[in-house]
Amino acid sequence: MTDETVTPRLRRGVKFRFDETRQAWVLLAPEKLFTPQGTAVEILKRVDGTRSLGEIVDDLAGVFQAPRDLIARDVEAMLRDLEAKGAVSL
Amino acid sequence: MTGPAAPLEPPVALIAEITHRCPLSCAYCSNPLELERSGAEMGTADWLRVIEEAAALGVLHLHLTGGEPLARRDLAALVRRAADLQLYTNLITSGVQLDDRAMGALAQAGIDHIQLSFQDVEPGRADASGGLNGGHARKLAAAARIVAAEVPLTLNFVVHRGNVDRTPAMIALGERLGASRIEIAHVQYHGWALLNRASLLPTAEQLAAATDCVRAARRRLGGALPIDYVLPDYFATRPKACMGGWGRRAINISPSGKALPCHAAESLPGFAFPSVRDTPLSEIWNRSEAFARFRGTDWAPEPCRSCEHLEADLGGCRCQAFALTGEAARTDPACVLSPDHHIVQEAIAEAASAGALQPRRIGLFARAPTG
Repeated sequence: MTDETVTPRLRRGVKFRFDETRQAWVLLAPEKLFTPQGTAVEILKRVDGTRSLGEIVDDLAGVFQAPRDLIARDVEAMLRDLEAKGAVSL
Repeated sequence: MTGPAAPLEPPVALIAEITHRCPLSCAYCSNPLELERSGAEMGTADWLRVIEEAAALGVLHLHLTGGEPLARRDLAALVRRAADLQLYTNLITSGVQLDDRAMGALAQAGIDHIQLSFQDVEPGRADASGGLNGGHARKLAAAARIVAAEVPLTLNFVVHRGNVDRTPAMIALGERLGASRIEIAHVQYHGWALLNRASLLPTAEQLAAATDCVRAARRRLGGALPIDYVLPDYFATRPKACMGGWGRRAINISPSGKALPCHAAESLPGFAFPSVRDTPLSEIWNRSEAFARFRGTDWAPEPCRSCEHLEADLGGCRCQAFALTGEAARTDPACVLSPDHHIVQEAIAEAASAGALQPRRIGLFARAPTG
């Protein structure tokens, strides 16, 4: 388990924005494009460099009215995946 | 395979080759043998317009490359316009002209990322490879400037027989300089690199050692310092889906404004590539015959047509197929299933007896365009 007090951040050079042409959120990194969908978008919207992992999970558990441990698992799995790809630091 | 065509996705990347001028003369340069002279280059106003058209069309990444993009004085102005339009700006540079002033201007303009090329890790060998005395030291200084400006830095090494044994030291240099990403790319055999292929192809043993080294470094460094590794397709069993597919993800603009599905496409005969000087980018993407010709899979010959791998590799690289077989619409000979695969195997065998490298030179080495 990851310490929930850590603050996830987009790594330097990584940008998350809405693309009007595709009407979709895009995560832009050097030579890479990720097109997150659904809950991944909701997670990334909260990765703002100020909120801790625990705060993000709390927020999403409220928004989705879902069990907190389930949300915590999904959030961590998704952020770990992006960490391995060099897009997020945890 | 005819059925209704899928709706055309917008391009992801614009590769702006804003000049072919370059202070280096690498023998593996992938620029065309017929380099465009500075007098043929598009002016600032045209490039700014193209950047605007690209953003409107849905382009997300702008790659500013060359030649050496820092050879143009309007580079920072192009970056600024792209940044204003929320394009992700990537400068691909040799760095030898990246002094404090140039770095300051780029940072202020909002550059998102800089990819800095190195020819080697040993100064003498690096300078000999790039053809510029003191070039390596200037690159080290450029790397320090980029990191100090807090702009993410990718170290790019094009590897070949003469330097691939130093892959471990290349990765160590990336760590030492504070790079955010490392790219180890085996030479792709187009342009000047194809001319010098016999001297550049690594041995199978060299390739295996480099590949093992990258794998081990990836395990050690993880996402903290990602390493992108481009294999030489001569040694692969399947070809690359070149450019992510012809006319599918990227538009390459030559210094004079020709729009190409890839930077080597001008080597192909029988094409009238449109120019962004007189044709809107959206029309080029959506309606030009040149971008449609090898788009998707309908054009594919056998053995690709009935192959389970077609959707993955899209038949490989058209320019490589033409360069090696004389026909652009054949299966890429890099594929073991290609009837022409023996050409690649013969090239590897011939490379055992190396010739002298032919450094890239504007104008000094004239060869008629192929075809």
